[in-house]
Amino acid sequence: MAGGDLPAGDRAASVGVPAGDRAARVGVPAGGMPTEDKPAGAGRDAASAAVADAHRHEWAFVLAATARVAGDLGLAEDSVQDAYATALDAWTRQGIPRNPGAWLTTAARRRAIDLLRRDRTLRAKLPLLIGPEPPTAASAPPGPDALENPVIADDRLRLVFTCCHPALARDAQVALTLRLVCGLTTGEIAQAFLVSEATMAARVTRAKKKIAAARIPYRVPRAAELPDRLDSVLTVVHLLFTTGHTAPAGQHLVRDDLAERAVGLARMLHTLMPDEREVRGLLALILLMRARRATRTAPGGRLVLLADQDRGRWDRAAIKEGAALVPGALRGGRPGRFSVQAAIAALHAEAPSYAETDWAQIVRLYDVLLATWNSPVVALNRAVAVAMADGPAAGLAQIEELERAERLAGYRYLSAAKADLLRRLQRWDEAAREYRAALALTENAAERDYLSRRIAEVTAPAAGTTE
Amino acid sequence: MAEYLILIYEDEAAYATASAQEWHQTMAGHERFQQQVAEKGGTIVAGQALQPTTTATTIRADVVTDGPFVETKEALGGFYLIEARDLDHALDLSKFCPAPHGGVEVRPVMDLAGG
Repeated sequence: MAGGDLPAGDRAASVGVPAGDRAARVGVPAGGMPTEDKPAGAGRDAASAAVADAHRHEWAFVLAATARVAGDLGLAEDSVQDAYATALDAWTRQGIPRNPGAWLTTAARRRAIDLLRRDRTLRAKLPLLIGPEPPTAASAPPGPDALENPVIADDRLRLVFTCCHPALARDAQVALTLRLVCGLTTGEIAQAFLVSEATMAARVTRAKKKIAAARIPYRVPRAAELPDRLDSVLTVVHLLFTTGHTAPAGQHLVRDDLAERAVGLARMLHTLMPDEREVRGLLALILLMRARRATRTAPGGRLVLLADQDRGRWDRAAIKEGAALVPGALRGGRPGRFSVQAAIAALHAEAPSYAETDWAQIVRLYDVLLATWNSPVVALNRAVAVAMADGPAAGLAQIEELERAERLAGYRYLSAAKADLLRRLQRWDEAAREYRAALALTENAAERDYLSRRIAEVTAPAAGTTE
Repeated sequence: MAEYLILIYEDEAAYATASAQEWHQTMAGHERFQQQVAEKGGTIVAGQALQPTTTATTIRADVVTDGPFVETKEALGGFYLIEARDLDHALDLSKFCPAPHGGVEVRPVMDLAGG
Protein backbone atom coordinates (compact mmCIF):
# COMPACT_ATOMS: atom_id res chain seq x y z
CA MET A 1 0.00 0.00 0.00
CA ALA A 2 1.25 3.42 -0.88
CA GLY A 3 1.72 6.30 1.50
CA GLY A 4 4.74 5.35 3.56
CA ASP A 5 6.70 8.55 3.28
CA LEU A 6 3.86 11.02 2.99
CA PRO A 7 2.26 13.12 5.69
CA ALA A 8 -0.81 11.57 7.27
CA GLY A 9 -3.20 13.69 5.24
CA ASP A 10 -1.75 12.62 1.94
CA ARG A 11 -1.68 9.03 3.03
CA ALA A 12 -5.40 9.06 3.68
CA ALA A 13 -5.97 10.72 0.35
CA SER A 14 -4.08 8.13 -1.57
CA VAL A 15 -6.06 5.25 -0.13
CA GLY A 16 -9.46 6.52 -1.18
CA VAL A 17 -10.85 9.84 -0.19
CA PRO A 18 -14.22 10.27 1.45
CA ALA A 19 -16.16 13.17 -0.01
CA GLY A 20 -15.08 15.60 2.69
CA ASP A 21 -11.40 15.01 2.15
CA ARG A 22 -11.80 15.33 -1.56
CA ALA A 23 -13.30 18.77 -1.22
CA ALA A 24 -10.46 19.69 1.09
CA ARG A 25 -7.84 18.51 -1.34
CA VAL A 26 -9.14 20.74 -4.11
CA GLY A 27 -7.93 23.62 -1.96
CA VAL A 28 -4.40 22.32 -1.71
CA PRO A 29 -2.18 24.61 -3.73
CA ALA A 30 -0.33 23.00 -6.58
CA GLY A 31 3.43 22.88 -6.58
CA GLY A 32 5.79 21.49 -3.93
CA MET A 33 5.60 17.78 -4.62
CA PRO A 34 6.19 15.49 -1.70
CA THR A 35 9.75 14.38 -2.09
CA GLU A 36 12.38 12.28 -0.48
CA ASP A 37 14.43 13.76 2.35
CA LYS A 38 17.65 12.89 0.55
CA PRO A 39 18.97 16.03 -1.05
CA ALA A 40 20.95 14.38 -3.83
CA GLY A 41 19.53 13.57 -7.25
CA ALA A 42 19.18 10.00 -8.40
CA GLY A 43 20.83 10.14 -11.78
CA ARG A 44 18.91 9.86 -15.00
CA ASP A 45 19.32 6.11 -15.44
CA ALA A 46 18.23 5.25 -11.92
CA ALA A 47 15.28 7.64 -12.18
CA SER A 48 14.31 6.20 -15.53
CA ALA A 49 14.42 2.66 -14.15
CA ALA A 50 12.35 3.75 -11.15
CA VAL A 51 9.75 5.37 -13.39
CA ALA A 52 9.56 2.22 -15.53
CA ASP A 53 9.18 0.11 -12.42
CA ALA A 54 6.49 2.40 -11.02
CA HIS A 55 4.74 2.31 -14.37
CA ARG A 56 4.64 -1.46 -14.26
CA HIS A 57 3.59 -1.83 -10.65
CA GLU A 58 1.78 1.33 -9.61
CA TRP A 59 -0.12 2.47 -12.69
CA ALA A 60 -3.46 0.94 -11.71
CA PHE A 61 -3.20 2.26 -8.18
CA VAL A 62 -2.33 5.77 -9.32
CA LEU A 63 -5.00 5.90 -12.02
CA ALA A 64 -7.73 4.47 -9.80
CA ALA A 65 -6.96 6.93 -7.03
CA THR A 66 -6.82 9.81 -9.50
CA ALA A 67 -10.06 8.86 -11.24
CA ARG A 68 -12.00 9.57 -8.07
CA VAL A 69 -10.65 13.09 -7.85
CA ALA A 70 -10.90 13.74 -11.57
CA GLY A 71 -14.38 12.25 -11.78
CA ASP A 72 -13.53 11.47 -15.38
CA LEU A 73 -11.59 8.57 -16.81
CA GLY A 74 -10.05 10.46 -19.72
CA LEU A 75 -8.89 13.32 -17.51
CA ALA A 76 -7.52 10.90 -14.94
CA GLU A 77 -5.61 9.07 -17.65
CA ASP A 78 -4.07 12.30 -19.01
CA SER A 79 -3.14 13.43 -15.52
CA VAL A 80 -1.46 10.15 -14.66
CA GLN A 81 0.44 10.25 -17.94
CA ASP A 82 1.62 13.75 -17.07
CA ALA A 83 2.62 12.66 -13.58
CA TYR A 84 4.81 9.89 -14.97
CA ALA A 85 6.36 12.31 -17.43
CA THR A 86 7.10 14.78 -14.62
CA ALA A 87 8.52 12.03 -12.43
CA LEU A 88 11.50 11.38 -14.65
CA ASP A 89 12.83 14.92 -14.29
CA ALA A 90 11.82 15.33 -10.68
CA TRP A 91 13.35 12.06 -9.56
CA THR A 92 16.53 12.69 -11.52
CA ARG A 93 16.85 16.04 -9.78
CA GLN A 94 15.57 15.29 -6.30
CA GLY A 95 16.05 11.58 -5.87
CA ILE A 96 13.61 8.71 -6.06
CA PRO A 97 10.84 8.96 -3.45
CA ARG A 98 10.58 6.16 -0.96
CA ASN A 99 7.02 5.57 -2.09
CA PRO A 100 6.80 6.24 -5.84
CA GLY A 101 3.13 5.26 -6.04
CA ALA A 102 2.10 7.83 -3.46
CA TRP A 103 4.28 10.49 -5.09
CA LEU A 104 2.72 9.79 -8.48
CA THR A 105 -0.81 9.74 -7.06
CA THR A 106 -0.33 13.12 -5.43
CA ALA A 107 1.20 14.54 -8.60
CA ALA A 108 -1.56 13.10 -10.80
CA ARG A 109 -4.33 14.30 -8.51
CA ARG A 110 -2.88 17.81 -8.41
CA ARG A 111 -2.59 17.76 -12.17
CA ALA A 112 -6.22 16.64 -12.49
CA ILE A 113 -7.44 19.38 -10.16
CA ASP A 114 -5.34 21.85 -12.09
CA LEU A 115 -6.81 20.78 -15.40
CA LEU A 116 -10.30 20.85 -13.96
CA ARG A 117 -9.83 24.41 -12.77
CA ARG A 118 -8.30 25.54 -16.01
CA ASP A 119 -10.97 24.08 -18.22
CA ARG A 120 -14.34 23.51 -16.66
CA THR A 121 -15.66 22.06 -19.90
CA LEU A 122 -13.32 19.09 -19.54
CA ARG A 123 -15.75 17.88 -16.96
CA ALA A 124 -18.34 17.22 -19.65
CA LYS A 125 -16.12 15.03 -21.78
CA LEU A 126 -15.95 11.63 -20.14
CA PRO A 127 -17.62 12.02 -16.79
CA LEU A 128 -17.15 9.07 -14.56
CA LEU A 129 -20.08 7.92 -12.50
CA ILE A 130 -18.82 7.49 -9.01
CA GLY A 131 -20.96 5.36 -6.74
CA PRO A 132 -22.46 6.77 -3.57
CA GLU A 133 -19.78 7.34 -0.98
CA PRO A 134 -19.84 4.61 1.64
CA PRO A 135 -19.84 5.37 5.34
CA THR A 136 -16.40 6.21 6.68
CA ALA A 137 -14.11 3.41 7.71
CA ALA A 138 -14.66 4.08 11.40
CA SER A 139 -18.43 3.64 11.29
CA ALA A 140 -18.39 0.63 8.99
CA PRO A 141 -16.57 -2.37 10.34
CA PRO A 142 -15.64 -4.77 7.55
CA GLY A 143 -18.46 -7.27 7.08
CA PRO A 144 -19.86 -9.28 4.21
CA ASP A 145 -20.23 -6.06 2.26
CA ALA A 146 -16.66 -4.97 2.89
CA LEU A 147 -16.13 -4.70 -0.83
CA GLU A 148 -18.58 -1.82 -0.87
CA ASN A 149 -16.12 0.12 1.18
CA PRO A 150 -13.38 1.46 -1.05
CA VAL A 151 -11.17 2.30 1.91
CA ILE A 152 -10.84 -1.43 2.36
CA ALA A 153 -11.46 -2.61 -1.17
CA ASP A 154 -8.97 -0.31 -2.91
CA ASP A 155 -9.94 1.80 -5.89
CA ARG A 156 -8.11 -0.54 -8.24
CA LEU A 157 -11.03 -2.94 -7.90
CA ARG A 158 -13.47 -0.26 -9.04
CA LEU A 159 -11.26 0.30 -12.03
CA VAL A 160 -11.04 -3.39 -12.93
CA PHE A 161 -14.77 -3.98 -12.55
CA THR A 162 -15.54 -0.93 -14.66
CA CYS A 163 -13.16 -2.03 -17.42
CA CYS A 164 -14.65 -5.53 -17.45
CA HIS A 165 -18.29 -4.48 -17.23
CA PRO A 166 -20.50 -6.98 -19.08
CA ALA A 167 -22.13 -4.14 -21.06
CA LEU A 168 -18.80 -3.77 -22.88
CA ALA A 169 -17.76 -6.19 -25.61
CA ARG A 170 -15.08 -8.68 -24.60
CA ASP A 171 -12.45 -7.16 -26.89
CA ALA A 172 -13.20 -3.75 -25.41
CA GLN A 173 -12.92 -5.14 -21.86
CA VAL A 174 -9.53 -6.59 -22.70
CA ALA A 175 -8.30 -3.39 -24.36
CA LEU A 176 -9.54 -1.17 -21.53
CA THR A 177 -7.99 -3.39 -18.88
CA LEU A 178 -4.62 -3.26 -20.60
CA ARG A 179 -4.89 0.48 -21.15
CA LEU A 180 -6.30 1.61 -17.82
CA VAL A 181 -5.26 -1.07 -15.35
CA CYS A 182 -1.90 -2.06 -16.84
CA GLY A 183 -1.03 1.28 -18.42
CA LEU A 184 -0.06 -0.15 -21.79
CA THR A 185 -0.15 2.30 -24.66
CA THR A 186 -2.74 1.87 -27.39
CA GLY A 187 0.09 0.99 -29.78
CA GLU A 188 1.34 -1.78 -27.50
CA ILE A 189 -2.16 -3.23 -27.14
CA ALA A 190 -2.71 -3.06 -30.90
CA GLN A 191 0.55 -4.94 -31.43
CA ALA A 192 -0.39 -7.62 -28.93
CA PHE A 193 -3.69 -8.27 -30.64
CA LEU A 194 -2.42 -7.83 -34.19
CA VAL A 195 -4.73 -4.99 -35.15
CA SER A 196 -3.81 -1.53 -36.37
CA GLU A 197 -3.24 1.19 -33.81
CA ALA A 198 -6.13 3.18 -35.30
CA THR A 199 -8.48 0.22 -34.81
CA MET A 200 -7.38 -0.23 -31.22
CA ALA A 201 -7.62 3.49 -30.49
CA ALA A 202 -11.17 3.52 -31.86
CA ARG A 203 -12.04 0.49 -29.74
CA VAL A 204 -10.72 2.09 -26.55
CA THR A 205 -12.37 5.43 -27.28
CA ARG A 206 -15.72 3.80 -28.05
CA ALA A 207 -15.60 1.85 -24.81
CA LYS A 208 -14.74 4.91 -22.75
CA LYS A 209 -17.55 6.85 -24.37
CA LYS A 210 -19.99 4.09 -23.55
CA ILE A 211 -18.89 4.08 -19.91
CA ALA A 212 -19.69 7.77 -19.73
CA ALA A 213 -22.81 7.95 -21.91
CA ALA A 214 -24.53 4.84 -20.59
CA ARG A 215 -23.40 5.69 -17.04
CA ILE A 216 -21.58 2.48 -16.25
CA PRO A 217 -20.91 3.03 -12.56
CA TYR A 218 -17.38 3.24 -11.18
CA ARG A 219 -17.86 0.85 -8.30
CA VAL A 220 -17.31 -2.64 -7.07
CA PRO A 221 -20.43 -4.76 -7.62
CA ARG A 222 -22.67 -5.67 -4.71
CA ALA A 223 -22.22 -9.10 -3.14
CA ALA A 224 -25.23 -10.47 -5.05
CA GLU A 225 -23.82 -9.47 -8.43
CA LEU A 226 -20.24 -10.32 -7.59
CA PRO A 227 -20.01 -13.92 -8.88
CA ASP A 228 -21.12 -12.97 -12.41
CA ARG A 229 -19.15 -9.78 -12.54
CA LEU A 230 -16.04 -11.42 -11.13
CA ASP A 231 -16.28 -14.13 -13.76
CA SER A 232 -16.11 -11.45 -16.43
CA VAL A 233 -12.96 -9.98 -14.84
CA LEU A 234 -11.30 -13.37 -14.48
CA THR A 235 -12.17 -14.27 -18.07
CA VAL A 236 -10.41 -11.14 -19.29
CA VAL A 237 -7.30 -11.89 -17.23
CA HIS A 238 -7.30 -15.49 -18.41
CA LEU A 239 -7.73 -14.38 -22.02
CA LEU A 240 -4.75 -12.07 -21.64
CA PHE A 241 -2.74 -14.93 -20.26
CA THR A 242 -3.66 -17.39 -23.00
CA THR A 243 -3.05 -14.78 -25.69
CA GLY A 244 0.39 -14.22 -24.22
CA HIS A 245 1.02 -17.89 -23.53
CA THR A 246 0.16 -19.05 -27.04
CA ALA A 247 -0.02 -16.20 -29.46
CA PRO A 248 -2.70 -16.80 -32.12
CA ALA A 249 -0.25 -15.85 -34.86
CA GLY A 250 3.24 -14.64 -35.41
CA GLN A 251 6.77 -15.83 -35.02
CA HIS A 252 6.93 -16.46 -31.32
CA LEU A 253 4.83 -18.97 -29.50
CA VAL A 254 4.88 -16.96 -26.33
CA ARG A 255 4.12 -13.29 -26.05
CA ASP A 256 5.64 -13.04 -22.69
CA ASP A 257 4.83 -9.47 -21.76
CA LEU A 258 1.10 -10.16 -22.01
CA ALA A 259 1.40 -13.32 -19.94
CA GLU A 260 3.39 -11.39 -17.36
CA ARG A 261 0.71 -8.69 -17.23
CA ALA A 262 -1.86 -11.40 -16.62
CA VAL A 263 0.20 -12.74 -13.71
CA GLY A 264 0.42 -9.24 -12.29
CA LEU A 265 -3.34 -8.73 -12.61
CA ALA A 266 -4.13 -12.09 -11.04
CA ARG A 267 -1.79 -11.32 -8.14
CA MET A 268 -3.39 -7.94 -7.65
CA LEU A 269 -6.89 -9.42 -7.64
CA HIS A 270 -5.82 -12.10 -5.19
CA THR A 271 -4.33 -9.49 -2.87
CA LEU A 272 -7.48 -7.38 -3.07
CA MET A 273 -9.97 -10.26 -2.81
CA PRO A 274 -8.14 -12.95 -0.82
CA ASP A 275 -11.35 -14.81 0.02
CA GLU A 276 -12.52 -15.29 -3.56
CA ARG A 277 -11.72 -18.90 -4.40
CA GLU A 278 -11.87 -18.47 -8.17
CA VAL A 279 -9.38 -15.61 -8.01
CA ARG A 280 -7.07 -17.90 -6.09
CA GLY A 281 -7.73 -20.64 -8.65
CA LEU A 282 -6.93 -18.37 -11.57
CA LEU A 283 -3.69 -17.17 -10.00
CA ALA A 284 -2.71 -20.79 -9.31
CA LEU A 285 -3.56 -21.83 -12.86
CA ILE A 286 -1.56 -19.02 -14.42
CA LEU A 287 1.46 -19.63 -12.18
CA LEU A 288 1.42 -23.35 -12.91
CA MET A 289 1.09 -22.90 -16.67
CA ARG A 290 3.76 -20.26 -16.70
CA ALA A 291 6.16 -22.42 -14.70
CA ARG A 292 6.62 -24.47 -17.87
CA ARG A 293 7.29 -21.57 -20.18
CA ALA A 294 11.07 -22.08 -20.53
CA THR A 295 10.47 -25.58 -21.86
CA ARG A 296 7.53 -24.98 -24.18
CA THR A 297 9.73 -23.95 -27.06
CA ALA A 298 13.12 -25.22 -28.15
CA PRO A 299 15.84 -22.93 -29.51
CA GLY A 300 14.55 -21.44 -32.75
CA GLY A 301 11.02 -21.21 -31.39
CA ARG A 302 10.14 -24.84 -32.05
CA LEU A 303 7.09 -26.07 -30.09
CA VAL A 304 7.74 -28.75 -27.47
CA LEU A 305 4.73 -30.72 -26.22
CA LEU A 306 4.07 -31.38 -22.55
CA ALA A 307 5.11 -35.01 -23.02
CA ASP A 308 8.56 -34.00 -24.28
CA GLN A 309 9.29 -31.03 -22.04
CA ASP A 310 12.38 -31.07 -19.83
CA ARG A 311 10.73 -31.12 -16.42
CA GLY A 312 14.02 -30.32 -14.75
CA ARG A 313 13.80 -26.83 -16.20
CA TRP A 314 10.32 -26.08 -14.94
CA ASP A 315 10.15 -23.19 -12.53
CA ARG A 316 9.88 -25.02 -9.20
CA ALA A 317 9.27 -21.86 -7.19
CA ALA A 318 6.27 -20.95 -9.38
CA ILE A 319 4.96 -24.52 -9.18
CA LYS A 320 5.28 -24.47 -5.40
CA GLU A 321 3.47 -21.16 -5.15
CA GLY A 322 0.74 -22.21 -7.59
CA ALA A 323 0.19 -25.65 -6.10
CA ALA A 324 -0.04 -24.20 -2.59
CA LEU A 325 -2.99 -22.07 -3.73
CA VAL A 326 -4.95 -25.03 -5.12
CA PRO A 327 -6.35 -26.64 -1.94
CA GLY A 328 -7.83 -23.33 -0.78
CA ALA A 329 -9.38 -22.79 -4.20
CA LEU A 330 -11.04 -26.23 -4.18
CA ARG A 331 -12.21 -26.17 -0.58
CA GLY A 332 -15.76 -25.17 0.39
CA GLY A 333 -18.52 -26.04 -2.05
CA ARG A 334 -18.40 -26.70 -5.76
CA PRO A 335 -15.16 -25.34 -7.19
CA GLY A 336 -15.17 -22.98 -10.16
CA ARG A 337 -13.67 -23.66 -13.55
CA PHE A 338 -10.36 -21.91 -12.95
CA SER A 339 -9.82 -23.72 -9.66
CA VAL A 340 -10.39 -27.13 -11.23
CA GLN A 341 -8.10 -26.30 -14.13
CA ALA A 342 -5.48 -25.24 -11.58
CA ALA A 343 -5.85 -28.60 -9.84
CA ILE A 344 -5.25 -30.34 -13.18
CA ALA A 345 -2.26 -28.13 -13.92
CA ALA A 346 -0.86 -28.92 -10.45
CA LEU A 347 -1.06 -32.66 -11.11
CA HIS A 348 0.85 -32.15 -14.35
CA ALA A 349 3.40 -29.89 -12.70
CA GLU A 350 4.12 -32.27 -9.85
CA ALA A 351 4.24 -35.46 -11.90
CA PRO A 352 7.74 -36.89 -12.37
CA SER A 353 7.07 -37.60 -16.04
CA TYR A 354 4.30 -37.52 -18.62
CA ALA A 355 3.76 -41.29 -18.38
CA GLU A 356 3.78 -41.24 -14.58
CA THR A 357 1.16 -38.51 -14.39
CA ASP A 358 -1.95 -39.43 -12.41
CA TRP A 359 -4.12 -39.58 -15.54
CA ALA A 360 -7.03 -41.29 -13.82
CA GLN A 361 -7.26 -38.40 -11.36
CA ILE A 362 -6.99 -35.92 -14.21
CA VAL A 363 -9.89 -37.61 -16.02
CA ARG A 364 -11.93 -37.31 -12.80
CA LEU A 365 -11.07 -33.62 -12.51
CA TYR A 366 -12.15 -33.08 -16.11
CA ASP A 367 -15.46 -34.67 -15.19
CA VAL A 368 -15.83 -32.14 -12.38
CA LEU A 369 -14.87 -29.38 -14.78
CA LEU A 370 -17.41 -30.51 -17.39
CA ALA A 371 -20.12 -30.42 -14.74
CA THR A 372 -19.55 -26.69 -14.14
CA TRP A 373 -18.37 -25.74 -17.59
CA ASN A 374 -19.72 -27.82 -20.45
CA SER A 375 -17.21 -26.75 -23.05
CA PRO A 376 -16.25 -28.89 -26.04
CA VAL A 377 -12.63 -27.83 -25.53
CA VAL A 378 -12.74 -29.28 -22.01
CA ALA A 379 -14.27 -32.45 -23.43
CA LEU A 380 -11.39 -32.65 -25.90
CA ASN A 381 -8.81 -32.31 -23.13
CA ARG A 382 -10.65 -34.99 -21.20
CA ALA A 383 -10.42 -37.29 -24.25
CA VAL A 384 -6.66 -36.75 -24.35
CA ALA A 385 -6.43 -37.67 -20.66
CA VAL A 386 -8.59 -40.74 -21.27
CA ALA A 387 -6.16 -41.77 -24.02
CA MET A 388 -3.35 -41.61 -21.48
CA ALA A 389 -5.28 -43.44 -18.75
CA ASP A 390 -6.98 -46.10 -20.88
CA GLY A 391 -5.05 -46.13 -24.15
CA PRO A 392 -5.24 -44.23 -27.45
CA ALA A 393 -8.19 -46.24 -28.79
CA ALA A 394 -10.37 -45.16 -25.86
CA GLY A 395 -9.36 -41.54 -26.35
CA LEU A 396 -9.97 -41.71 -30.07
CA ALA A 397 -13.49 -43.01 -29.53
CA GLN A 398 -14.24 -39.96 -27.40
CA ILE A 399 -12.77 -37.58 -29.95
CA GLU A 400 -14.87 -39.13 -32.69
CA GLU A 401 -17.91 -38.61 -30.54
CA LEU A 402 -16.99 -34.93 -30.22
CA GLU A 403 -16.56 -34.71 -33.97
CA ARG A 404 -20.07 -36.05 -34.50
CA ALA A 405 -21.44 -33.37 -32.19
CA GLU A 406 -19.80 -30.81 -34.51
CA ARG A 407 -19.25 -28.34 -31.73
CA LEU A 408 -15.52 -28.19 -32.40
CA ALA A 409 -15.62 -27.74 -36.15
CA GLY A 410 -12.60 -25.70 -37.19
CA TYR A 411 -10.87 -26.03 -33.81
CA ARG A 412 -7.24 -26.69 -34.60
CA TYR A 413 -6.45 -28.71 -31.52
CA LEU A 414 -9.20 -31.22 -32.32
CA SER A 415 -7.45 -32.33 -35.51
CA ALA A 416 -4.05 -32.20 -33.84
CA ALA A 417 -5.17 -34.32 -30.88
CA LYS A 418 -6.88 -36.81 -33.16
CA ALA A 419 -3.79 -37.01 -35.35
CA ASP A 420 -1.60 -37.79 -32.34
CA LEU A 421 -3.83 -40.66 -31.25
CA LEU A 422 -3.98 -42.05 -34.79
CA ARG A 423 -0.21 -41.86 -34.90
CA ARG A 424 0.05 -43.78 -31.65
CA LEU A 425 -2.31 -46.37 -33.13
CA GLN A 426 0.03 -46.47 -36.16
CA ARG A 427 -2.79 -45.48 -38.51
CA TRP A 428 -0.32 -43.39 -40.52
CA ASP A 429 -2.45 -42.23 -43.46
CA GLU A 430 -5.30 -41.05 -41.27
CA ALA A 431 -2.82 -39.40 -38.93
CA ALA A 432 -1.23 -37.51 -41.82
CA ARG A 433 -4.64 -36.32 -43.00
CA GLU A 434 -5.52 -34.97 -39.54
CA TYR A 435 -2.12 -33.27 -39.12
CA ARG A 436 -2.69 -31.55 -42.45
CA ALA A 437 -6.15 -30.43 -41.36
CA ALA A 438 -4.63 -28.98 -38.17
CA LEU A 439 -1.89 -27.28 -40.17
CA ALA A 440 -4.46 -25.54 -42.32
CA LEU A 441 -6.06 -24.06 -39.19
CA THR A 442 -3.11 -22.39 -37.45
CA GLU A 443 -1.11 -19.28 -38.24
CA ASN A 444 1.28 -19.72 -35.32
CA ALA A 445 4.72 -20.38 -36.79
CA ALA A 446 5.89 -22.65 -33.95
CA GLU A 447 2.76 -24.77 -34.20
CA ARG A 448 3.01 -24.93 -37.98
CA ASP A 449 6.56 -26.14 -37.68
CA TYR A 450 5.57 -28.83 -35.19
CA LEU A 451 2.72 -30.09 -37.36
CA SER A 452 4.89 -30.11 -40.49
CA ARG A 453 7.47 -32.24 -38.71
CA ARG A 454 4.77 -34.68 -37.62
CA ILE A 455 3.47 -34.95 -41.18
CA ALA A 456 6.97 -35.73 -42.41
CA GLU A 457 7.29 -38.32 -39.68
CA VAL A 458 4.09 -40.23 -40.39
CA THR A 459 4.48 -40.11 -44.16
CA ALA A 460 8.12 -41.23 -44.09
CA PRO A 461 8.67 -44.77 -45.43
CA ALA A 462 10.17 -45.71 -42.09
CA ALA A 463 7.02 -44.78 -40.22
CA GLY A 464 6.02 -47.55 -37.91
CA THR A 465 9.51 -48.48 -36.95
CA THR A 466 10.06 -45.49 -34.70
CA GLU A 467 7.23 -45.89 -32.26
CA MET B 1 -30.85 9.65 -11.99
CA ALA B 2 -30.62 9.23 -15.73
CA GLU B 3 -33.13 8.24 -18.37
CA TYR B 4 -32.96 5.04 -20.36
CA LEU B 5 -35.19 3.81 -23.14
CA ILE B 6 -36.10 0.13 -23.04
CA LEU B 7 -36.89 -0.96 -26.58
CA ILE B 8 -38.82 -4.20 -26.78
CA TYR B 9 -38.01 -6.25 -29.86
CA GLU B 10 -40.14 -9.32 -30.46
CA ASP B 11 -41.33 -11.67 -33.15
CA GLU B 12 -44.63 -10.17 -34.28
CA ALA B 13 -45.83 -13.45 -35.76
CA ALA B 14 -45.81 -14.99 -32.29
CA TYR B 15 -48.24 -12.32 -31.10
CA ALA B 16 -50.44 -12.58 -34.19
CA THR B 17 -51.11 -16.22 -33.39
CA ALA B 18 -51.17 -15.88 -29.59
CA SER B 19 -54.18 -17.20 -27.68
CA ALA B 20 -56.22 -14.88 -25.49
CA GLN B 21 -54.67 -16.53 -22.46
CA GLU B 22 -51.09 -15.90 -23.66
CA TRP B 23 -52.01 -12.31 -24.36
CA HIS B 24 -53.37 -11.87 -20.85
CA GLN B 25 -50.25 -13.41 -19.39
CA THR B 26 -48.03 -10.99 -21.25
CA MET B 27 -50.16 -8.04 -20.18
CA ALA B 28 -50.05 -9.23 -16.57
CA GLY B 29 -46.26 -9.47 -16.96
CA HIS B 30 -46.11 -5.84 -17.98
CA GLU B 31 -48.20 -4.77 -15.01
CA ARG B 32 -45.89 -6.71 -12.73
CA PHE B 33 -42.89 -5.08 -14.40
CA GLN B 34 -44.26 -1.63 -13.68
CA GLN B 35 -44.65 -2.50 -10.00
CA GLN B 36 -41.14 -3.99 -9.86
CA VAL B 37 -39.57 -0.86 -11.31
CA ALA B 38 -41.16 1.21 -8.57
CA GLU B 39 -40.21 -1.29 -5.86
CA LYS B 40 -36.61 -1.28 -7.02
CA GLY B 41 -36.24 2.48 -6.89
CA GLY B 42 -36.76 3.28 -10.57
CA THR B 43 -39.43 5.34 -12.27
CA ILE B 44 -41.39 4.68 -15.43
CA VAL B 45 -41.63 7.99 -17.25
CA ALA B 46 -43.59 6.61 -20.20
CA GLY B 47 -44.35 3.32 -21.87
CA GLN B 48 -46.47 2.18 -24.80
CA ALA B 49 -47.12 -0.86 -26.95
CA LEU B 50 -47.04 -0.26 -30.70
CA GLN B 51 -49.27 -1.53 -33.48
CA PRO B 52 -47.46 -4.13 -35.62
CA THR B 53 -45.04 -3.09 -38.36
CA THR B 54 -47.71 -3.88 -40.98
CA THR B 55 -49.20 -0.55 -39.94
CA ALA B 56 -45.91 1.35 -40.19
CA THR B 57 -45.11 4.03 -42.75
CA THR B 58 -41.60 5.12 -43.55
CA ILE B 59 -40.49 8.50 -44.84
CA ARG B 60 -37.01 8.89 -46.23
CA ALA B 61 -36.08 12.10 -48.03
CA ASP B 62 -39.77 12.99 -48.32
CA VAL B 63 -40.59 9.72 -50.05
CA VAL B 64 -43.38 7.95 -48.25
CA THR B 65 -43.42 4.14 -48.35
CA ASP B 66 -45.44 1.44 -46.69
CA GLY B 67 -43.66 -0.63 -44.05
CA PRO B 68 -41.11 -0.32 -41.23
CA PHE B 69 -37.76 1.47 -41.55
CA VAL B 70 -35.92 -1.83 -41.45
CA GLU B 71 -37.48 -5.23 -42.07
CA THR B 72 -36.43 -7.60 -39.29
CA LYS B 73 -37.80 -10.80 -37.87
CA GLU B 74 -37.89 -9.26 -34.41
CA ALA B 75 -39.32 -5.78 -34.63
CA LEU B 76 -39.76 -2.90 -32.22
CA GLY B 77 -43.09 -3.55 -30.60
CA GLY B 78 -43.10 -1.33 -27.55
CA PHE B 79 -40.99 0.78 -25.24
CA TYR B 80 -40.56 2.12 -21.75
CA LEU B 81 -38.80 5.31 -20.81
CA ILE B 82 -37.40 4.78 -17.33
CA GLU B 83 -35.33 6.65 -14.80
CA ALA B 84 -32.52 4.77 -13.11
CA ARG B 85 -29.42 5.58 -11.08
CA ASP B 86 -26.93 4.15 -13.54
CA LEU B 87 -26.57 1.43 -16.16
CA ASP B 88 -26.38 -1.36 -13.58
CA HIS B 89 -29.66 -0.17 -12.06
CA ALA B 90 -31.26 0.23 -15.50
CA LEU B 91 -30.19 -3.29 -16.49
CA ASP B 92 -31.47 -4.69 -13.20
CA LEU B 93 -34.87 -3.17 -13.93
CA SER B 94 -34.89 -4.11 -17.60
CA LYS B 95 -34.36 -7.77 -16.79
CA PHE B 96 -37.92 -7.80 -15.48
CA CYS B 97 -39.39 -6.37 -18.67
CA PRO B 98 -41.35 -9.13 -20.38
CA ALA B 99 -40.24 -10.03 -23.91
CA PRO B 100 -41.08 -13.72 -24.28
CA HIS B 101 -40.66 -13.68 -28.07
CA GLY B 102 -37.46 -11.68 -28.31
CA GLY B 103 -35.53 -9.34 -26.06
CA VAL B 104 -35.01 -5.76 -25.04
CA GLU B 105 -32.40 -3.17 -25.89
CA VAL B 106 -31.46 -0.59 -23.27
CA ARG B 107 -30.31 2.80 -24.54
CA PRO B 108 -29.21 5.78 -22.47
CA VAL B 109 -31.10 8.95 -23.32
CA MET B 110 -28.83 11.81 -24.33
CA ASP B 111 -28.81 14.51 -21.68
CA LEU B 112 -28.76 17.72 -23.71
CA ALA B 113 -29.39 20.00 -20.77
CA GLY B 114 -26.72 18.68 -18.44
CA GLY B 115 -23.01 19.44 -18.68
